[in-house]
Amino acid sequence: MEHTVRAYDEELDAITAELSRMGGLAEAEVSDAIRAISRRDVSLAQAVIGRDAKLDELEADIERKAIRLIAIRQPVADDLRRTVAAMKISMNLERIGDLAKNIAKRALVIAESDPLTPLTRSIERMGELVAGRLKDVLDAFASRDPDRAVSVRERDKEVDEHYDAIFRELLTYMMGDPRTITSCAHLLFVAKNLERIGDHATNIAEILYYEITGIELTEQRPKWDALEQAER
Amino acid sequence: MNSLAPDAFDTSVTKITDRKIELDIQNLDFYYGKTHALKGVSMQIADKAVTALIGPSGCGKSTLLRVMNRMYNLYPGQRATGKITMGDLGGIDILSPSVNLPMLRSKIGMVFQKPTPFPMSIYDNVAFGVRLYETLGKADMDGRVEEALRKSALWDEVKDKLHTSGLGLSGGQQQRLCVARGIAVQPEILLLDEPTSALDPISSAKLEETVTQLKSDYTIVIVTHNLGQAARVSNYTGFMYLGELVEFGETAGMFTKPVTKRASDYITGRFG
Repeated sequence: MEHTVRAYDEELDAITAELSRMGGLAEAEVSDAIRAISRRDVSLAQAVIGRDAKLDELEADIERKAIRLIAIRQPVADDLRRTVAAMKISMNLERIGDLAKNIAKRALVIAESDPLTPLTRSIERMGELVAGRLKDVLDAFASRDPDRAVSVRERDKEVDEHYDAIFRELLTYMMGDPRTITSCAHLLFVAKNLERIGDHATNIAEILYYEITGIELTEQRPKWDALEQAER
Repeated sequence: MNSLAPDAFDTSVTKITDRKIELDIQNLDFYYGKTHALKGVSMQIADKAVTALIGPSGCGKSTLLRVMNRMYNLYPGQRATGKITMGDLGGIDILSPSVNLPMLRSKIGMVFQKPTPFPMSIYDNVAFGVRLYETLGKADMDGRVEEALRKSALWDEVKDKLHTSGLGLSGGQQQRLCVARGIAVQPEILLLDEPTSALDPISSAKLEETVTQLKSDYTIVIVTHNLGQAARVSNYTGFMYLGELVEFGETAGMFTKPVTKRASDYITGRFG
């Protein structure tokens, strides 16, 4: 049902439309950054770095629009949840953009040293998994499907497992051949960035679930304890 | 139930279990002649809390308020069926014909949409009701008047001109004077019927502040068209539509996650 004041609907829809654009852009940034690593593609990496500014711009614009809407319409109930969720989701997407940009910067450095093919393949697999989760949560956003959002959240563990495996793999390489340390250190950060992108996807899933249902997902999300031990 | 509403069965009335209940309204129906204005309303008014009634014009919220102190008895052809028990009157039914109406109204005070000060001094406006029920000495009466004016957050503004006419006050002050007059007789319940709809924003804010302070001593029921006001001042909110109580529950829930579609559509500005 539409609002009595039609401009109210238009303002809400404008925010949602911008958020969808932002989601599409963030998704492309992540998959291109991963591709730049695996293909040692310098120009693609530079493109990823250049496009990040657009995400920052969109986030700032969504925030401005949401604040204005709160100020003049005083949204309540589902409208309030939608407005606040838009601000929070856009923040998470903006962070995803930053992390993808950071991966792209490392792709530039890694491209200068010798290829570490088996390792970049592990990174690529983890990247595909993370990009897939991001895609799923954005699909859940587009279809307003809370169950789909929950399923994304439940698959957080897989990403953590991948990260842990890569962590060990990288350690083995570095110990075996110290000349690989520079590349491996960068790849370690790439893996960490991917893991954090996965966390942001999970955040978005939780925000989305609250937005649609009004229920907070309070129970602890599945966590991979071994990972935390490995980091120590 | 209500044949005019397509989703008539989509209602949600929460029972209050964790607080004392001051008024328990059970199956209340009300008629203006042949017009069926309230339909099977059952709700609880919590003690020492603010309950807000919201809904589009003509939904019955003011009618419900007027039933609570039997105001309708002043008009012929108006009648109510059902039961409203009041905790502080030993659980008696206020709709019962044997109830002493002046006594009931001294327990349940009311403030209206437009300020209604009497054409007399500020002091006498407040003392007027008290004199009807009690005989107090001058010192006691002065104390009572001051207490009522302090509680209604008006004292500082009028303490130096208590013997000037109440009609000389601003609209917002007049409205708070009416609140002071209502509480001077030491009621249990205060009924506020759109008390800020004729006031400017600052006066409204002052009245809201007054309501917030009063709720530690009184049970307050407020009818308001200002949804933000309902959200700000009340503990419980009831949404009414076409004479029916559609949704009732804690205010925080009503404004973040309403249960029924009609309440949601109304508070988000989709109809009404």
